Amino acid sequence: MKPALSLAASLLLFCGHAIADCLTRGTGDLGIVIERAAGSLQIVDTTAHQSLFRVEGLGDLSHASAVYSRDERYAFIFGRDGGLTKVDILCGKIVNRVIQGGNSIGGAISQNGSLIAVSNYEPGGVKIFSTQDLSLVADIPATEVTDREGKRKGSKTVGLVDAPGQRFAVTLYDSSEAWIIDMKNPAEPKIQRHTKIGALPYDALVTPDGRYYISGLFGQDGLSLLDLWHPEKPPRLILEGYGRGEQKLPVYKMPHLEGWAVAGNSAFLPAVGHHEVLVVRQGDWVETDRIKVHGQPVFVMARPDGRQVWVNFAFPDNDTIQVIDTETLTIIKTLKTGKGALHMEFSPRGEEVWISVRDKDEVQVYDTDRLELTHRLQVDKPSGIFFTARAHKTGL
Amino acid sequence: MPHNSLLAALSLAAMVASGTLPADIAPARQAEIIYLLKHDCGSCHGMRLEGGLGPALVADRFADWETNMLAMTILYGRPGTPMPPWRPFLSDGEAHWLATQLKQGVRP
Repeated sequence: MKPALSLAASLLLFCGHAIADCLTRGTGDLGIVIERAAGSLQIVDTTAHQSLFRVEGLGDLSHASAVYSRDERYAFIFGRDGGLTKVDILCGKIVNRVIQGGNSIGGAISQNGSLIAVSNYEPGGVKIFSTQDLSLVADIPATEVTDREGKRKGSKTVGLVDAPGQRFAVTLYDSSEAWIIDMKNPAEPKIQRHTKIGALPYDALVTPDGRYYISGLFGQDGLSLLDLWHPEKPPRLILEGYGRGEQKLPVYKMPHLEGWAVAGNSAFLPAVGHHEVLVVRQGDWVETDRIKVHGQPVFVMARPDGRQVWVNFAFPDNDTIQVIDTETLTIIKTLKTGKGALHMEFSPRGEEVWISVRDKDEVQVYDTDRLELTHRLQVDKPSGIFFTARAHKTGL
Repeated sequence: MPHNSLLAALSLAAMVASGTLPADIAPARQAEIIYLLKHDCGSCHGMRLEGGLGPALVADRFADWETNMLAMTILYGRPGTPMPPWRPFLSDGEAHWLATQLKQGVRP
């Protein structure tokens, strides 16, 4: 950032901080960037490429994620320490905060925006809150398992998403289950439990139409697919032939199944333990291609128009981003961002992508047409980037 | 020289010979290893090592662990779990140093 620009940004930051005047403007081009080490976040303007506020006091955000209220005014941030924080992004202020569990991983907002669900590692399970005041609506404990040290504990819950019909879907890591939680009547959650979905399901996603819930498996090949149009039907294993007979590499960071990178009828997925991105045909769910990439993919994200897929990588290759052309299935650009390229977020229509580069303490903005760096913002150990357009997308 | 001291001196000599003496690791490298622990081990164990998909890496949990066993787990991973071998990134001596730190309790 140029000194003058930097000064202007810090002045703006200072004003926001000191006076805490609320802004009068729309929020459709705003977003937040998590500062993972400091337990704070910055509210950013994606049109001006500026920080508007820094909000502190959100606890342990070392693995944080966020969802938005349907009016796009409030962000709900899920922290690793079990904190659930509601932030007013026009005022740059925390309006409510609860410590709802011991160790959490993420959450989802319901279809009608009235409920927030949080998945917990400790104690395992899902808690559901009112988005109004963060009061507890339902507490759903996870299946108990015996850990390697012989202790009884609730299974860790991962891959919690919202689904149409005021439902949530969640995956249970230790007990190999997928649950569909129907919250139409908040006083009486109805749970459909599917067991034996596969070994060590580490994350999950829902397709953008809200129909398929797909859990990635760490302990075996393939993925588990649940059809939410037919929640009574058991999940089935897809891509089970993938990786068979091949030596898996050690995995230094688990891939994330956030969103469903789709171009035309093909979906793009991170391979576990291989330097590859898988291309899968939707519908019959067969693997049609594998694209060799620089390292083990963590996030595989499609530009909103589906023409490009951007990929970041696990340690020790996390200084690199690659761009795949979805028409030719070739890598059209390899970018060296600096170490710790942790997360990417596209602007709603995809002309830009924002990338967190942890070890440089900056967010880099790239033009996705020219594939060039256009802006940098100073952010302390940035990780997740979440723009308000997520408010209107199922599963994000 | 009393018997115990002799043993201690011998084992110290063995550690120096095998390069596992903590003092072998330069402060700058120690800082790098702690950064790795916080941010990269932390992606499963939590940046504050209080646990995540992987278990917490706190001193209480390691009370019954031999330092060597812990160092071996760091170097070679834990088959059947997602814990990978960190051997490509840490020497034997560095893993031993890190294991010693974890047993004492690290607050990165």
